[in-house]
Parts: sequence; structure tokens; C-alpha cells
Amino acid sequence: MEASGVNVDLRAKAEWVWRQTLEVYRRAPEVRLASSLSPIEIFVSLYYGGLLRFDPQRTNWEERDRCIISKGHGSICMYPILADLGYFPAEELERVCQAGSFLGGIPDPVIPGYETVNGSLGHGLGVASGMALGLKVKGGAQDVFVVTGDGELHEGANWEAIMFAAQNKLDNLTLVVDDNRICMLGFTDEINSLGVLADRLGGFGWNCLEVDGHDVMAVHAALTTLKKTRDGRPKALVARTIKGRGVPGLENAPLSHVMSPKIDLIDSLLQESRP
Amino acid sequence: MTELKPRAMRDALLERVWQNMADDERLFFVAADFGAPTLDRIRGDFPKRFINVGIAEQNLINVSAGLALEGFKVFAYAIAPFITMRCYEQCRTNLALLSTVRPMNVTLVGVGAGYSYVVSGPTHQCYEDITLMRTLPGFSVLSPADHITAGHLFDRCAGRPGLKYLRFDAQNLPVLYGEAAPDLDKGFTLLQDGTDATVVATGYMVHTALKVAESVAKDGIKLAVVDLFDLSGFDADALAGALAARPRLISMEEGFSGRGGVDSLLRDLLSRKGLERPTLGIGVEPAYRFELGDRATLHEQVGIGPLVAETRVRAFLKRQ
Repeated sequence: MEASGVNVDLRAKAEWVWRQTLEVYRRAPEVRLASSLSPIEIFVSLYYGGLLRFDPQRTNWEERDRCIISKGHGSICMYPILADLGYFPAEELERVCQAGSFLGGIPDPVIPGYETVNGSLGHGLGVASGMALGLKVKGGAQDVFVVTGDGELHEGANWEAIMFAAQNKLDNLTLVVDDNRICMLGFTDEINSLGVLADRLGGFGWNCLEVDGHDVMAVHAALTTLKKTRDGRPKALVARTIKGRGVPGLENAPLSHVMSPKIDLIDSLLQESRP
Repeated sequence: MTELKPRAMRDALLERVWQNMADDERLFFVAADFGAPTLDRIRGDFPKRFINVGIAEQNLINVSAGLALEGFKVFAYAIAPFITMRCYEQCRTNLALLSTVRPMNVTLVGVGAGYSYVVSGPTHQCYEDITLMRTLPGFSVLSPADHITAGHLFDRCAGRPGLKYLRFDAQNLPVLYGEAAPDLDKGFTLLQDGTDATVVATGYMVHTALKVAESVAKDGIKLAVVDLFDLSGFDADALAGALAARPRLISMEEGFSGRGGVDSLLRDLLSRKGLERPTLGIGVEPAYRFELGDRATLHEQVGIGPLVAETRVRAFLKRQ
């Protein structure tokens, strides 16, 4: 699939992915729901907005843009997206977390479309930096995108990579932070604050934009701007999001990461339109 | 021509890397702010495929993993305890785990096996790496005893996909191999024959084993000495055959004793092959120490110097 502008209604697609993610949770309540609802518009922009070049039939196609999904457990919304795009049959979504399925509670790189191992946090950005460097040396024009959470940035290895990417002028690298402001045990600001993240990344020499992470058109516009920019600086988009978005009781709850909403509630939400 | 003057293992390997970088555009060298004279040539001649990530071993591994995913044959270079323990989870997650589903060719070059950074103390010394790196599926753990072997390991590492950890001494060790290269597929070499016991040693301790064997030979004790340089992929049948050929087994390693190192792998081999042999494990007494001294003195203190090793070997042979 070539990166060739938007040919789907991104808002409608985001709503569809939100519903599909709830469907996955209904069948497999072991998955992390709250942190999989906050990055939906990010992934919809990347995968449906013409920003990523990919071919579901050739997952190791050399010309593809690389998308490293570092916030592994908080990316269950990718399951319906990948199925929809043809990476694997949609029937696989019925078997999430079941014996014999490749769709686990935390995505692994045995899933077509996942590039790296991500269940352990703080690994994606460094590996992506190595890929970005490798692509530059090979003379490739491909982009490398990395999606992390904000709490994940507590891991020090990220900051080694943040310095490395700036030092080596990796302007083919874009970090997208699903800035939902909540870790497992509470608000990031109360645990280990990242301050104004965009300023911090800017201080490290990154070209950083901020956006309302649930305004899919705004996310898409910001990522489009960043994709076009190659000025020697690595790029970042801080997407302000809401953990557990759209699910009453879960939304922005400090312990939402470990909360499991009742299936009755999910059923009733699926009968309504998206909040 | 094989060079018989002792050289640094790292220089022997890096020279081979440098010699091959022009022809093999997939070779990439990543260092964590750790140098060598030969490294300057790589940096100078191939600036696009040499990178110093700074004092950042976690990122050393992550960047190496990313480069490997892009098809490069990566050599990652740092001080042994830091390239193994500082970034162990990166090695596990982004190399060992990831390489089970993605082809990768990454060689970790760790300099400073055992006590080879003599005066730097326990942070820079390394007695745990054999155990730790052998625990990770997918990793070849290679522990040469001279620079000739270290140089030959280049072909093995660049030429074969997969993960390797090279455990290099920081000092120049006497040359064991001349024109006859070690058999890399077998993974060990019977350096000298003997009938009383098989001594299996790795790295620096091969030289200690040879010293002990020479000393006890004066009293008619005949020790066979094996240089085990491939600690994970050795030919198990061949090594078991060598152990079966003699009535006793002695292991020698510059790593913690009884903690899953060479002593454990040999006992495991005996057990798997149904062999029973009295064994003596000579390794570092598992404790951290801050005493200063030359390497020989430190070795005597921790139970692996030639004098204490000889005493223990003699007592073992008397007992068994």
C-alpha cells in the first residue's frame, strides 16, 4: 500500500477501531483495554492516512516504512487494524489469547505487522534508532515511526536513544508519544513527571509538535508535517490522549491500567454510538 | 603468515573486521566509547559504518539490533561486564528473543574477561559472563585463549547468522596456535595428551592449566589439557569422548565456581552422556573482593592461581 494521501474517512475509521477494540476485550478480557484505547487515532492516522508505506502481503518488504509499536500491551487496537488491512484473516480476532492463536495479551513479533519485541517497555526507540541509522547508511528514503507511551519514557534506555538520534541527525525517525498521563499505579506526573515533554525533547535537539491525540485530523496533519520535514533533527509528536477513552469509569482513572470493565458495560457501549 | 608474537585479542579481531569492511558493505561496527588502536583505522576508513554510541550500553545493544534488522552484520564492542550485565535485558529482549523470529547477525565483543583489568577492581572485572550469556538461547559464547583464535573467530562471526558473545582477555596472552588453526566447528582443542585426568580450561586459564600440567609432570603425573573456546556450540560427542578417555575431570575457569560456568557445563555433559568421572572444579571463589595486586596474586587469593590450583589438583588426584 503506497503512501498516497487519505482515501478513508479517518474519523469513521477511528470509531470503528474503537468498537472493534471493545469487541476484542469482550472476548479476551485479559488484554489491556485502557491503554489500547488512547492511541487509536495515532494508529489510524499512520495506517489509514497515507503516512506509512506498507504491504500486508510482504511484511519484510524493504521499501516499507517501519512502524515500531513500543507500547506493546497498550496496542491491542492494532489487532483489528492489521486484520482489516489484510495482514491476517479477521477470524483470528475471535481467538485472541486462546491456545494456538498468535494474538496474545501482549503482542509479539510473530504477529504479521509487528516488527520487534515490545512487551518489555522502553526498547522500541533504541531499536528504531538503529533501523533509522541503517536505512540512512543504505541510502533508503523510508521513515521509521515509533509509538511509545509516556510512562514508558521513565525507562532510561529511551534517553540514551533520544541523545543518539539527535547526535546522528536521524531525521527519518519519528517518535509518537501516546501521552495519556497515566502509568500502572497512577498519574505519571505524581510518579515521575516528564514535565512538558515537548520542551524536554526540544532541549535534546528534537523537532517536536504537540496535538490533541483524539482529534484524528489534527494528529494526521501533524504527522504529515513531520513526515515532510527532514532538517537533520529527529521528530516527535506528543499526542495528548485519555487513557480508557470512551469507557465510563475507566476514562482517565488513575488505576485504569489494571481495571477490567464489566462485559455488560461494554455490551451497552457497543449498542450506543461512540461518546 | 601467522603472527606468533602475542597480541591483543581485540586487535587480531578488529584487524580482520577492518580488512573485510571494504569488500563487505554489510559489516557495521558499533562501540560504546571504548577504543583500540585498530579501531581508529575502522573509524578513519569506514566512517559511515562505524559509530560510537557513547557510554550507553543499553543503546549499544538496541542500535545494534536495529542495524541487524536492516541486514547489517554488526560487531558491538565494549568492556565485558558492561556489554553483558549493564544491558542484559536488551540482550535478552532485542537479541535473543527477537532473533528467534527475525534473522540477525550480531557479535558482542566484550573485552576484559576475568581479572584481566587487574587494578580496576570488580566493576571492570568479569566473573559472571559465561553463566549469564550461556543462559540466553541463541547466543554462541566464544572464549579464546590466544589472539590467533580471536582472529579466526571473525569468519565464524561474520559468516554465520545468529548471536555471538566473544569473551576477550584484555591482556596479551601467549600464543597457542600457529599455522594450524583451531577447529572452530569442534569448539575445543586437545593441546596436550595425558592419562591421569582431562583438564578442560577456557581463556586465560588454559595457560594456567598448561603451567600446572608442566609442573606435576615432573612427578610423573600426566594431565591432558583441553582448550575449550566454544562454550555453547562445542561438539558434545567429541568432547564427551575426550572426557571418557581419562579417569578424572578437572575444569579451570576465570569465573565464579559452582555458579553455572564451565564446571557446570562439563558436569551436565557427563550426566547427559551417562559418564561418571570424579570432578574438580577450579574457579573463582564466589565473592567480590577489593584487594589490589597483580593478576597472579589475585588468582592465588581467589583459588585459581597456578600454585593453589596445583595443590588442589595434587590432592584431588591422591583422593580419587
